[in-house]
Amino acid sequence: MQNAESGASDHHMNLLGWKVDIYIGIWVILLLLTLGEVFYAFLPLPKMMLALGLVAMAVWKAALVGLYYMHLRYEPKNLWILAISPLPLAFIMVLAVITEYGWLVG
Amino acid sequence: MSDAGIGTMDRTPMPGMGVFNKKLGMWVFLLSEVMFFTSLIGSYIILRYAHPDQFAAPGSILNVNLTAANTFLLICSSVSMVKAFAAIQEGDVKGLQKWLLATIIMGASFVGVQVYEYIELGHEGFLPALADYTAHVGGPLYGATFYAMTGFHGAHVTLGVLALIFVYIRALRGEYTVADHEGVEVIGLYWHFVDLVWIILFTIVYLI
Repeated sequence: MQNAESGASDHHMNLLGWKVDIYIGIWVILLLLTLGEVFYAFLPLPKMMLALGLVAMAVWKAALVGLYYMHLRYEPKNLWILAISPLPLAFIMVLAVITEYGWLVG
Repeated sequence: MSDAGIGTMDRTPMPGMGVFNKKLGMWVFLLSEVMFFTSLIGSYIILRYAHPDQFAAPGSILNVNLTAANTFLLICSSVSMVKAFAAIQEGDVKGLQKWLLATIIMGASFVGVQVYEYIELGHEGFLPALADYTAHVGGPLYGATFYAMTGFHGAHVTLGVLALIFVYIRALRGEYTVADHEGVEVIGLYWHFVDLVWIILFTIVYLI
């Protein structure tokens, strides 16, 4: 709490030249990204390009929620390390399960 | 150990992480949830690319516009949750109560829309894969993976709403102050995590 409090003491950000409440500013960005995703998903683009673009926007949105709403941006480095610790484990898990793909299509 | 002793220890930032115990506990729990949802999402991706014939194109079965609106509703609830936390940080108890109530209403509405979506999909024959599967839209894997992922997420949202109601009742009793509002921060972490997971699920399940 103490770290989140110190970080949250300044609740403002610069959004397109306007000084706005940081939580509202992030909310506007999340809204625009959600609308952008729905629009982008139905563009006549190659499947891989669509998937990469949509995943990039989703990761961006998730990062904004984690950094600003969960206050990770203001937390100590140790908590950062803890927070990202499952990512390599998740990667290993998915990589291991992908070997099932050959069996499934075979 | 006395209650006072436990309370004092609980609120003291630990030297390792520099955060209080409840918060560290919630983070560790959320990390286990990352693995849980990764296994669901990973399985979905692998099954989908192994059996593309069983999965429909985005928007052909699922109602993307309705779910996009529902996604936005959950994002709005995240904003109200963080505003509730910001309010009590400044000692604004009325603000805390107001924003918590808004979060509960939006969270419950999200679950309501999801139930409505399930009912509509069920009427259209899009069902989870069962032994006597007779659906005429999508394949059994599509239904199974869709309902597993969105169902588990919906259960998380439902539990979150119940936890928020508990926190709201405590807020009405004036049990949170500018000096002691750990419960608000901890439930906030859970709520934002549920929002974060849905952001990923919406993209993977509804748009790709």
